[in-house]
Amino acid sequence: MKYLDEYRSEALAQKLVNEIRRILTRPWVLMEVCGGQTHTIVKYGLDNLLPPEVELVHGPGCPVCVTSLEMIDKAHAIASRPDVIFCSFGDMLRVPGSAGDLLILKSRGADIRVVYSPIDCLKIARANPDKKVVFFAIGFETTAPANAMSVWQARRQGIHNFSILVSHVLVPPAMASILQSPLNRVQGFLGPGHVCTVMGFQEYEPIAARYQVPIVITGFEPLDLLEGVLMTVRQLEAGQARVENQYQRIVAREGNRVAQDLINQVFEVCDRKWRGVGSIPKSGYKLRYEFREHDAERLFEVKEIDTQESPVCISGLVLKGVKKPHDCPAFGKECTPDHPLGATMVSAEGACAAYHAYGRHLQLKGEPKSRPAPEVAAP
Amino acid sequence: MCLAIPGKVIAIDEDPHGVKMARANFGGIVKQVCLEYTPDVQMGDYVLVHVGFALGKIDEEEAMRTYKALEELKQLGELDVPEVSLPPPDAPEPTEARNEISR
Ligand code: SF4
Repeated sequence: MKYLDEYRSEALAQKLVNEIRRILTRPWVLMEVCGGQTHTIVKYGLDNLLPPEVELVHGPGCPVCVTSLEMIDKAHAIASRPDVIFCSFGDMLRVPGSAGDLLILKSRGADIRVVYSPIDCLKIARANPDKKVVFFAIGFETTAPANAMSVWQARRQGIHNFSILVSHVLVPPAMASILQSPLNRVQGFLGPGHVCTVMGFQEYEPIAARYQVPIVITGFEPLDLLEGVLMTVRQLEAGQARVENQYQRIVAREGNRVAQDLINQVFEVCDRKWRGVGSIPKSGYKLRYEFREHDAERLFEVKEIDTQESPVCISGLVLKGVKKPHDCPAFGKECTPDHPLGATMVSAEGACAAYHAYGRHLQLKGEPKSRPAPEVAAP
Repeated sequence: MCLAIPGKVIAIDEDPHGVKMARANFGGIVKQVCLEYTPDVQMGDYVLVHVGFALGKIDEEEAMRTYKALEELKQLGELDVPEVSLPPPDAPEPTEARNEISR
């Protein structure tokens, strides 16, 4: 398929690996921010192709994984109401809340539907005027234009029975929070190519300068990722810390202005709690007051929620790049994609699920080439 | 979840509510795509699509330039290194019915 297959050439992958090997003089730890990148890296085994001096740690960029437990429980409370049709992207259905997942609710008779796009919910709302249609609006900046448009169009078309439960998260504050942590090992970033398609990469420049880390905006195909690693290592070896753009075929420095305009009209920045990580200031979007008619959090009073997280899960440390999935005692044993204990085992982009899907739980102990992570207590 | 894939625009029109829409071909699968964020897109352009929205146009020249730059690397670093082998691009996806767009 055009613009996909060309970026999967084995011969070019080998040249890139050779070049990385040639310029390396010491070990470096790089983090790929996005779950989609983690998925490609593990699927193609790119981390095992790289010289052992280059360690890839996996970032917090899976929105399904970082949606807070409170928010999942809130979604359950709303979806259980008989007057509600609850719509969601497919992979949110299996994320464990304090009392099971949305699929269990569905099996008990709740009207829960999987949609391909939030805009499809408008059709459902028009067809069911006696019901309240609620969309679970999760995602990073990549998904914000779609979610913003659904609310914008609902208002423009006078669809009053449509609302969204917003749990949007933003990448730059999460990167800053990783870099500020005393446990941080990350020395360079492969930046999130699709987030930057929308937002551009100006907002990453102060992060690179302040924390002296190279950030290379990178695509999602094997050659994109290997070239991103090469560009990051080149900067590290030269003592540089700039924002560079590997994904030039799609990302422009200023991003998509039309999309940013609509996002800013519909959403405003707020503090946001990340699952496994905790609250990060100014790291999310919520609906502006003008759109309160479409704000599910305002429309549905949800009582205080008592959340219950699995005690063995270390996904918070996995999301911060401090630990790898196979460092978790439950990985591949009590915790599998069929019985996920934590959110990073649910989405195909969660690091635990990616490792499991590509058989990393079958590797002999000690074989994975990640260096031991520092010993820390689970938060 | 942040997966976005390139598709070729094969028809442009408006939906009954005045929203700019297109049909795009993703390697044989044709889907509806909203073009409100990419108003300049023409028939035949490649766009990057996420949850039913085109987020940007793919710059064909830039795509070729990147690829050429990668090919030129062939002249570099002829080191004696073990063979790299990538699984074929259509290697089986491990999880069952995955919602491709929403992952
Ligand atoms: S393997 Fe399961 S329990 Fe362990 S960190 Fe990952 S999601 Fe949590």
